Amino acid sequence: MIVFESHSDEDTFRFASKMGREAVPGTVISLTGDLGCGKTVFSKGFASGLGVTEPVSSPTFTILQQYESGRLVLYHFDVYRIGDPEEMEETGYEDCFYGNGVTLVEWAERIRELLPEGTILVRIEKDLEKGMDYRRITVENTGG
Amino acid sequence: MEERKDTLILGIETSCDETAAAVVKNGREILSNVISSQIDTHTLYGGVVPEIASRKHIERINQVVREALAQSGTELCGLSAIGVTYGPGLVGPLLVGVSFAKALSFASGVKLVGVHHIEGHIAANYIEDPNLEPPFLCLVVSGGHTHLVNVRDYGEYEILGRTMDDAAGEAFDKVARAIGLGYPGGPKIDVAAKAGNPEAVHFPRAKVAENAYDFSFSGLKSAVLNYLNSCQMKGEEYNQADVAASFQAAVVDVLTEHSIRAVRETGAKTFALAGGVASNSALRESLEKACAGLGVRFCVPQPVLCTDNGAMIAAAAYFELQKGAESGLDLNAIPNLKLGER
Ligand SMILES: Nc1ncnc2c1ncn2[C@@H]1O[C@H](COP(=O)(O)OP(=O)(O)O)[C@@H](O)[C@H]1O
Ligand SMILES: [Mg+2]
Repeated sequence: MIVFESHSDEDTFRFASKMGREAVPGTVISLTGDLGCGKTVFSKGFASGLGVTEPVSSPTFTILQQYESGRLVLYHFDVYRIGDPEEMEETGYEDCFYGNGVTLVEWAERIRELLPEGTILVRIEKDLEKGMDYRRITVENTGG
Repeated sequence: MEERKDTLILGIETSCDETAAAVVKNGREILSNVISSQIDTHTLYGGVVPEIASRKHIERINQVVREALAQSGTELCGLSAIGVTYGPGLVGPLLVGVSFAKALSFASGVKLVGVHHIEGHIAANYIEDPNLEPPFLCLVVSGGHTHLVNVRDYGEYEILGRTMDDAAGEAFDKVARAIGLGYPGGPKIDVAAKAGNPEAVHFPRAKVAENAYDFSFSGLKSAVLNYLNSCQMKGEEYNQADVAASFQAAVVDVLTEHSIRAVRETGAKTFALAGGVASNSALRESLEKACAGLGVRFCVPQPVLCTDNGAMIAAAAYFELQKGAESGLDLNAIPNLKLGER
């Protein structure tokens, strides 16, 4: 388990970018944390590390956004609007989770039972005592 | 003038929450416009939008299309084309509309035209203002999109700016949730803001360094959350209406400023607004005033044409058809479809 203390959105971006540079095909990353914690900032950093050149915007409304300009195809999910894991069928998620690209899932706790074995768990937490821009990022590798 | 046969087009839209169908004459005149919304089911869940099921679209589409044809007094064989949204969106919901449209087209021999969802939103303005013709600038603002588009000609689009993070409508939804207003955020904030002071809290008007036309709303979302947190830490109550009004003012300011800059720099004579957020009263007012100040014609569809609907898809299909663009029966849903691509 890795704990990273971020003091700015750039910190988070750089940290995620490093993970993006090292990501291997088939990687699935679960991103959890409250609204405004920085899940999308993390995703943008990760995408940039992968070499994605298109602008990465929030997929809250679209649920899935796909980017093909990087080293690997990036599937960027935001499952906030998913009420029931069954609704994930609408997205064709299995091809993404079990394919050769990499997948990021914001609000992944909503579809926990669908996450494949070996999913990397990234938790982002605020700590207001440490300032408005402080985030604790915890990375847990479940696959070993 | 030479008499021409009217072109009747059936438009079908299922890319998001609405199952919608409409019949439009000559790309400009609505003969019917049927929308079956899932919004009532959504509000039950107090802010969460749970039902993204294509099941709902499947249950409704047949009825909705029949209604649209019946209300317009049109037979399937009297149509010149069937327009259908084929992207962007989730593959499941998109496929319901696309498959249905293909089946109708196959059975009747009526032409099929695939339509980009955003091009549909833009085309809603052709219905609202029968004299509107390109070129014009259009700001498309909805739950999932924030695009400043130069419409050079029918079907010819240049994206000047877009959001780098949250869409405008998404920012409305998230802030509404944070201040306890619930879903749908746009209308809720619009109403709440009327009772609030837009200058009560100064929220940042974010600029994007790389491109003056691009938008960023994530910083604004953070600023609102930080404001709420700091009130909480001080043990103070915040004023919901003031926060709503101040947040809305920040969004409207940025959207207006970028739009006006684009009008100035491109020398556009007409400016149009489109998409779900185009129903926001403060945004309409602000852009209308700014355009009037520059002597630029301002166009915005009535609210029923701002939300997702079939009429806008039929209108867009009409202008595609005029250019000879027709889709084959191999038309597929394209979740990632880009504006101006086919
Ligand atoms: N240390 C930090 N890490 C990430 N984002 C931060 C940090 N400090 C402040 N922020 C701000 O918080 C916001 C995070 O927004 P976003 O990534 O959209 O959140 P989420 O996707 O989790 O809802 C951004 O406006 C960002 O600038
Ligand atoms: Mg996000």
